Amino acid sequence: MVDPGGGAVCNGTLHNQSDHCHRKNCTRNGMVKEAQQNGNSNFYKPVVESFEEAPLHVMVFTYLGYGIGTLFGYLRDFLRNWGIEKCNAAIEREEQKDFVPLYQSFENFYTRNLYMRIRDNWNRPICSAPGALFDVMERVSDDYNWTFRFTGRIIKDVINMGSYNFLGLAAKYDESMKTVKDALETYGLGVGSTRHEMGTLDKHKELEDLVAKFLNVEAAMVFGMGFATNSMNIPALVGKGCLILSDELNHASLVLGARLSGATIRIFKHNNMQSLEKLLRDAVIYGQPRTRRAWKKILILVEGIYSMEGSIVRLPQIVALKKKYKAYLYVDEAHSIGSLGPTGRGVMEFFAMDPRDIDVFMGTFTKSFGASGGYIAGRKDLVDYLRAHSHSAAYATSMSPPIAEQIIRAMKLIMGLDGTTQVPGPGIEPTPPAVEVQSLNHWIAKEVPMHICLNQFVNQAICTSIVHNT
Amino acid sequence: MATVAEQWVLVEMVQALYEAPAYHLILEGILILWIIRLLFSKTYKLQERSDLTVKEKEELIEEWQPEPLVPPVSKDHPALNYNIVSGPPSHNIVVNGKECINFASFNFLGLLDNPRLKAAALASLKKCGVGTCGPRGFYGTFDVHLDLEDRLAKFMKTEEAIIYSYGFATIASAIPAYSKRGDIVFVDKAACFAIQKGLQASRSDIKLFNHNDMDDLQRLLKEQEIEDQKNPRKARVTRRFIVVEGLYMNTGTICPLPELVKLKYRYKARIFLEESLSFGVLGEHGRGVTEHFGIDIDDIDLISANMENSLASIGGFCCGRSFVIDHQRLSGQGYCFSASLPPLLAAAAIEALNIMEENPGIFAVLKEKCKRIHKALQGISGLKVVGESISPAFHLQLEESTGCRERDVKLLQEIVTQCMDRGIALTLARYLEKEEKYLPPPSIRVVVTVEQTEEELEKAATTISKVAQTVLL
Repeated sequence: MVDPGGGAVCNGTLHNQSDHCHRKNCTRNGMVKEAQQNGNSNFYKPVVESFEEAPLHVMVFTYLGYGIGTLFGYLRDFLRNWGIEKCNAAIEREEQKDFVPLYQSFENFYTRNLYMRIRDNWNRPICSAPGALFDVMERVSDDYNWTFRFTGRIIKDVINMGSYNFLGLAAKYDESMKTVKDALETYGLGVGSTRHEMGTLDKHKELEDLVAKFLNVEAAMVFGMGFATNSMNIPALVGKGCLILSDELNHASLVLGARLSGATIRIFKHNNMQSLEKLLRDAVIYGQPRTRRAWKKILILVEGIYSMEGSIVRLPQIVALKKKYKAYLYVDEAHSIGSLGPTGRGVMEFFAMDPRDIDVFMGTFTKSFGASGGYIAGRKDLVDYLRAHSHSAAYATSMSPPIAEQIIRAMKLIMGLDGTTQVPGPGIEPTPPAVEVQSLNHWIAKEVPMHICLNQFVNQAICTSIVHNT
Repeated sequence: MATVAEQWVLVEMVQALYEAPAYHLILEGILILWIIRLLFSKTYKLQERSDLTVKEKEELIEEWQPEPLVPPVSKDHPALNYNIVSGPPSHNIVVNGKECINFASFNFLGLLDNPRLKAAALASLKKCGVGTCGPRGFYGTFDVHLDLEDRLAKFMKTEEAIIYSYGFATIASAIPAYSKRGDIVFVDKAACFAIQKGLQASRSDIKLFNHNDMDDLQRLLKEQEIEDQKNPRKARVTRRFIVVEGLYMNTGTICPLPELVKLKYRYKARIFLEESLSFGVLGEHGRGVTEHFGIDIDDIDLISANMENSLASIGGFCCGRSFVIDHQRLSGQGYCFSASLPPLLAAAAIEALNIMEENPGIFAVLKEKCKRIHKALQGISGLKVVGESISPAFHLQLEESTGCRERDVKLLQEIVTQCMDRGIALTLARYLEKEEKYLPPPSIRVVVTVEQTEEELEKAATTISKVAQTVLL
């Protein structure tokens, strides 16, 4: 049995064939798109992923660095305990000294001795929109990163390679954002109620219809926070007696949602279809552990683009497996929506697949759309069920109206509904990956989504110096 | 024996071999052969559960039918027929096309359509755009966030504050950051859903005590003390927490904080206080239940609140001593792994704080209005008022339940619908019935804001009582 997307499934194991694709151009809505052959939807483009291994000397030096840091940490702790060195960390109140310590000693050890040395690389405040150039507030430390002091100077026009602003839609106010300003003035900011009670505004309905249209699905529902979308809706979909197969490198929100659901979780190796298939086979054949009852349902949790690796999910193979083993697929497109695919419809369009193959589309509006919040989309009965049973709909405030308007504006821009035909390049053609920053010891996944640059933090000294010179 | 040891030379051993009896040699030979066989035979795998043939496995895969991803939802489920609000959810609200006075949104200080907030948000929009496109660690920290944290800490008179981008995620991320598997948490039975989720994520031992019942809590603490004495080593590493709400969302009552603080010092448990409803409501300056009772804020280890009620923005914050709060910057999941709060919402929250600081008289006004409507709603036949007289969000429950929850809900929904027809926007308090541990009885939630005039309060009271009479009798 041949499945779409270049893999053949026979005798229960997946064989990878070499990828081939046929391309013809066609125009739709004034935009040039790639069309696929009838009845044989192939990859849009063969995905070439290469992940360099860290060279041996770097690994050795890293571990050595951590080891020396730990030794020094013990030394400093010893000095602090004996009062030879002043302790700058906050300590427990006098009145509560005989309480059980709030933190385990090793938890605090890392923060106090290792993280404190390099703490100035993170949490750097900025004071402008996170566009291509932004303004960073200068921050110095007089006491080796224990406290920071703002000098008052603002470093202007720093090149931004750190914000998830893929399409450049999170920018300073300009006339195209007039609708957002109007929404703010009409609706105000807060909502003060949940979706079930008095918090559903007409703006939300408008946004949900637009999201459904954008993704080419039956219905969609939006939530106020991307993290909370995962952690509050996965428990609504699966419960005890269900199985979740989750990728090794899934985001914390997916892991939390899976844990809160109470279902059994099994992890498969990152993007490894053999591992996933073995788990699926074992699950269907042997059922639940010990009781051998059949699983109620199996849910596969994957992401469109993995933010920590920069790799794209092997969607066609996963869909083939899911169809064979009758599992359900949940794709978290936090990074891939708006940035993959010729028109930015995400990983589904990138692989030219049928939207009906993916059961639950989830994504966030924080990255490509320059707003905040998340959505879940799919078939109408799925979305109706979530409207009734999602934890977020019953207990959490709904999305703020100007944020919803910003998403509507961004989506209309991407879809071309605002009258312009110029789509802010979703970047399927890779920018020349000549950014071979080997000298900085960074590992960059050399594949299409160049917008995800992975900083594998290995050599601390080098990274610190780069950040200082930014 | 020493002599035997000295004589252990190879020649001697070979000689012993020749002199050994035959059966001995044969037995040893057999044993050696057996060992060799065992070494080379296939290992017995304990996981080899069954010997299913490939055909049987394929059949099992064919036959298995999962449940549908979602069970069907009936068409008239209330959640599918939301009340749709056209326009801003402010004092005069248009619900489902009807113009009503808003008694349902948590807009206690009436700041939802305050022009100063809108102006501050607009200024921030002009400077920073809408989204922050990054978590706090990776260039998602704006100067407004730092300002807001500073202001909140100063307002609450604590050392530090930390803000989250969503109210629900605040307490649900704060609790698991401190309480881990093996720790013990004493929590009130009427705690809100966000606290329940935080506790579930923390995997700690949960001990529930009856709502606002300090004797019950003391009993549980004493039992724990006895357990500790049996196993002092374990007790030395088990942290204890008491999680309570300042003003309970589900019952409208205030927690007895002074007794809790006494219990805290006696039994060495830390207090986490959730002040979503009481922040900006209780206390002379709106600092919450600690000011209401006159308790030193340093006695409370963590105060968590959301900015969606009094501050009319979105998001939440935690405040307390630096020793406690700073930990969340690395281990609060909703803080580290989520994008930061959009700056325009933070700017609006700062402006709301300014307004709160400038006219502290509104809190007294709010309390007056609460007392007034509380009194006016007493004595309605069929409905009883549940909640403190100074609580701005209280419940109206049926005096006598019909026995079946669905019918109760239908009756209350009928009251709400008729009130809305007459221009008073109310809502049923909504819960996820299957998810709550201690499901509160069905009720109508009434919210009082400073913007409601006395006539409107009167009108609301009379409308509710008239409608209740028609529906319930």
